[in-house]
Amino acid sequence: MSALLELRGVTVRYRLHGARQAPLTAVDDVSFGLDAGEMLGLVGESGCGKSTLGRAILRLVPLASGEIHWDGDRVDALGAGAFRRLRSELQYVFQDPNACLDPRMTIAQSVAEPLRALMPALDARQRTQRVLQLLSEAGLQAEFGARYPHQLSGGQLQRAVIARALVPDPRFVVFDEPVSALDVSVQGQIVNLLAGIRRGRGLAGLFISHNLAVVASLCERVMVMFRGRIVETATSAALIAAPLHPYTRALLDAVPSLDPGERARALRRRVLPVADGTPVSAAGCAYALRCPLAVSRCRTERPAPVPAGAGREVACHRAAEWPAGLPAGAPS
Amino acid sequence: MTGGLWRDALRRLAADRAAITGLVVLGLLTMAALAGPLLVDWRQDQIDWEHMAVPPFAVEGHWLGTDRLGRDLLVRTLHGLRVSLAIALAATLVALVIGVAWGALAGYLRGRTDALMMRFVDVLYALPLVFFVIILTVVFGRGPVTLLVAIGAFGWLTMARIVRGQALSLREREFVEAAIVGGAGTARIVVRHIVPNLLGPVIVYATLTVPQVILVESFLSFLGIGIQEPLASLGNLIADGAREMETAPWMLAVPAGCLVLLVFAFNFLGDGLRDALDPRDR
Repeated sequence: MSALLELRGVTVRYRLHGARQAPLTAVDDVSFGLDAGEMLGLVGESGCGKSTLGRAILRLVPLASGEIHWDGDRVDALGAGAFRRLRSELQYVFQDPNACLDPRMTIAQSVAEPLRALMPALDARQRTQRVLQLLSEAGLQAEFGARYPHQLSGGQLQRAVIARALVPDPRFVVFDEPVSALDVSVQGQIVNLLAGIRRGRGLAGLFISHNLAVVASLCERVMVMFRGRIVETATSAALIAAPLHPYTRALLDAVPSLDPGERARALRRRVLPVADGTPVSAAGCAYALRCPLAVSRCRTERPAPVPAGAGREVACHRAAEWPAGLPAGAPS
Repeated sequence: MTGGLWRDALRRLAADRAAITGLVVLGLLTMAALAGPLLVDWRQDQIDWEHMAVPPFAVEGHWLGTDRLGRDLLVRTLHGLRVSLAIALAATLVALVIGVAWGALAGYLRGRTDALMMRFVDVLYALPLVFFVIILTVVFGRGPVTLLVAIGAFGWLTMARIVRGQALSLREREFVEAAIVGGAGTARIVVRHIVPNLLGPVIVYATLTVPQVILVESFLSFLGIGIQEPLASLGNLIADGAREMETAPWMLAVPAGCLVLLVFAFNFLGDGLRDALDPRDR
């Protein structure tokens, strides 16, 4: 079976202010496939290009190079009108539910908006019906439809945003950190809601988050992104149990623990270095400058993603040296 | 279904005492301007040979006095109010329609289209208004319509700039991206998302434009290229009154007081509308 969504060498560049500056490569030569009904996780630190990758799939940012294939057809070269017809199948849940709902529209109006363009066959009564049905699927009572965004809480707004993304009956949804703007208590509710919706609809998706626990609970497979590149792809279980890439290890070690003893041990280990503005050399590994395990080859030769058994891929020259994974705190 | 938001806004406006006062004063002034001249025994160009330059309440029938030529000041002020209000409202409406459409489109489309549209605005800005009015009066003759066209042609420039700035920041908001994901086209996004969200500052600016236009009108009338005698406007009444202010201060005080009242009322209403129309910030 061919993948539902396939990216080949997708690259996105942002032109920076000041014409003489080199463009910033936000997404660098990313390739992956995603099957129907599969929820794929995407983790990485802030600014690593996770959201940009999601936006590029939905054509909210233009590609610098690469191809996107949807359902067997290449779609990145389609004209704007032809791509618009695809929008009912590809939807997006934005990170900040406060910002992505028009403050001057009621919840019902916002949820109904995609129907006008994407399901033009429906009349006004059918649209209303569909909106109510989706609001209830997202766990919102019908009365919320008549309210304005500023009258709802963050969790209720996110439910409305999810209802809007699902209203044209998509087959693929990008969830761009859908819970990171919410209270921890509400996060759990939304994660459960998403898990239920996923099961009920057989929905495929790209789930972007910096929270590994959330990703692991929703996705079978996870990609780890660093500075625009995918450094490791594995099942959630394998990734957490036995990370192969030093960056994945560092990411896992950076998760704060509630156990005081563990917290003290973690502090004695290295803290995850903060991303600085150092330009990544196109030749070497993106992580080489921060990697405690880097050798000279890492700075001169770019590692390609190589299969590492059981559907795993890792882009690290030295990964073969630790086939059982890097233990916690291993790089020192 | 947008009714709910407007009903909320109206309720908030009703609770704002200054805005309601402004609205009431505006209503009274408008009614006086429309119906007032019919209730006064004098016509605006009628001369009372026996009572020239009489102060207010001095003579039965001339409640606000007369001017140097013996014309009733009350009826002339009411007529002036009518002309000034009509020109101001019409010019503001023109500014509103052209300015909002122009600015919203330029701001939303960005890039080369935006640059071209705004350079056109810059070029018009560079033309001196007085010069333009003189050319228009030479071609079309003097009168309220010429004045309206001239003020309208310039009034929308600032509005377009304000709207463009708002649209530029609005188009970066996530709800615009969400609309794109929802399959909305440029026209729908501009009409349904950009314009409604910039209505607040637009209405405030519009209520501030009205008194501005009245002042421009009076300035042009003062220079003799606006409303011509014997037609009255607040502007040429004030200009006349200013010449007599040492001997007959009421000739200045009556139309000037009327103008001040009008400008205050519009400003209070504009402030109240801005607060009432913004569903956030509370």
